[in-house]
Amino acid sequence: MTTLMGDFGRRMRKNRMAMVGLFVVVALFCVAIFAKYLAPYPPDRIDTSRILMPPSKENLLGTDILGRDVLSRIIYGSGVSLSVGFVAVGISTLIGVVLGALSGYYGGWVDRIIMRFVDVMLCFPSFFLILAVIAFVGPSIWNIMIVIGVTSWMGVTRLVRAEFLSIKERDFVQAAISQGAGDARIIFLHILPNAMTPVLVAATLGVAAAVLVESSLSFLGIGVQPPDPSWGNMLTEGKDNIEIAWWMSVFPGLAILITVMGYNLLGEGIRDSLDPRLKI
Amino acid sequence: MSKYILKRLILMIPVLLGITIISFSVMKVAPGDPVSLVTDLNPNMNEEAIKRIRAHYGLDQPVYMQYLKWLRNMLMLDFGRSFASDNRPVIDKILERIPITIMLNVISLLLILMVAIPIGVMSAVKQNSLFDRGTTVFVFLGFAVPTFWLALLLMILFGVKLEWLPISGLRSLNYANLGTFERVIDIAKHLILPIFVSAFGGLAGMSRYMRSNMLEVIRQDYVTTARAKGLDERTVIFKHAFRNALLPVVTLLGLSVPGLIGGSVIFETVFAIPGMGQLFYQSVMMRDYPTIMGILVIGAVLTLLGNLLADISYSVADPRIRVSG
Repeated sequence: MTTLMGDFGRRMRKNRMAMVGLFVVVALFCVAIFAKYLAPYPPDRIDTSRILMPPSKENLLGTDILGRDVLSRIIYGSGVSLSVGFVAVGISTLIGVVLGALSGYYGGWVDRIIMRFVDVMLCFPSFFLILAVIAFVGPSIWNIMIVIGVTSWMGVTRLVRAEFLSIKERDFVQAAISQGAGDARIIFLHILPNAMTPVLVAATLGVAAAVLVESSLSFLGIGVQPPDPSWGNMLTEGKDNIEIAWWMSVFPGLAILITVMGYNLLGEGIRDSLDPRLKI
Repeated sequence: MSKYILKRLILMIPVLLGITIISFSVMKVAPGDPVSLVTDLNPNMNEEAIKRIRAHYGLDQPVYMQYLKWLRNMLMLDFGRSFASDNRPVIDKILERIPITIMLNVISLLLILMVAIPIGVMSAVKQNSLFDRGTTVFVFLGFAVPTFWLALLLMILFGVKLEWLPISGLRSLNYANLGTFERVIDIAKHLILPIFVSAFGGLAGMSRYMRSNMLEVIRQDYVTTARAKGLDERTVIFKHAFRNALLPVVTLLGLSVPGLIGGSVIFETVFAIPGMGQLFYQSVMMRDYPTIMGILVIGAVLTLLGNLLADISYSVADPRIRVSG
């Protein structure tokens, strides 16, 4: 195991894209945690004497329609993005692992029902489903996390099921079964730990997807509600002032782009390093 | 062949039922029900009247009866009347919006195919070349760019700064006064940005997919055989490898339908295009529940049809599927 992990570490370090991704993700965490110290101004400080100022020495990324500092709002917005990403992915991974494990381990009618359920869920344009649920339950940051989570578990379910199907047949699992180990013990102790690799990759990529969905929802005005800063709702204000203040549209989007790219690079990097065979 | 299609159609029935069950559940998770939405705001409502209205809508019956009744209406394409001020039947509102959305998505799918397939093949054939590296960077960008932000950037560049293209709607204000040819040009100018934006994300995915398919096929024995026979590289790549690498793309096309339809909410809203996505967004903002439900169900059914179409085309293209499936 140690040599395996050593191999993994070595391959990760050699993978330049993965290291860039890791750096971005760690940096974003720091920004979110230390937002209070990093932001030059409070995110909601209104300064009517400095409305819609282009980027300058005082306001590096300019100010918005209320004279609030765009950089400070972006810094505070990072916390929203990360928490939505992580909670949503936590929910979808949990659902996906449980359903996928049940499906792959027990097979038979359990498997058939769960897989049909996956097929059905995949038929919904997920953005439609998310919007519809939000329309019924109302927009709030918690509702968004939950809704994104419960509409994006299908991929993980299929992955975990496939892993279970193949690992179940391996000798060490068969040995455990023949020794009379209970189902729970086999699932959680023997199979699940060996099936976590693709789940980790899917979760990392899932954070990126969730950040994108959250920002889209907030942009449409059904996500994080103003005055709380989120990159998405900053872009809505950017769109309203698109003819006079380009900086309000450019920088929050850049923040989303960098975040999503960071998680994607990290996810792909982990995949390549854990299983070089998958690299194409 | 017809047997295969029939089988696929029969397999669709349980999925369709599942779609309606989930849609119905979405409606049921709402706190309160459509009736309370109407009655809460009306000061003249008394207990008796509310009861009567609930009975009228069947809300006093058990949930499964409500579902069956709702299902029957769905099957007859009766989605009820919109809560919006026009109060029109939901199905009419949706039907007049669908053609625009489908047209936009079909054009952008064609664009994706025309651009992504050559890119994918090129970067696979010249793996690790400068071109390959360049497209890899582009692919990662494509996956990470929020479409609505891309839309904003293009609007700033081509609409505001350069003033080359209009930034919203489908037609100019003076559309009625234009000649036929000018009308076509006018609509085309309005469509350039939305179609580019809606194709951008898919472009990245499709070229990546095509590249990995191609890389896989190139390693197959029959390609080595073709080379060993002394065929020139062009024939090997385009006759032997390309055709086989193209097959799985058909499946991906089917799978990308829900993403495209879902994405239409965003770009139709940003560019003010009167399609189904914009209608959906407006309905969500107004809490127009009948319309939301109608579009949700129709969106899912369109996806299902897209998948069916992809499956059938796949079986036309690849005889192996028909025999085993």
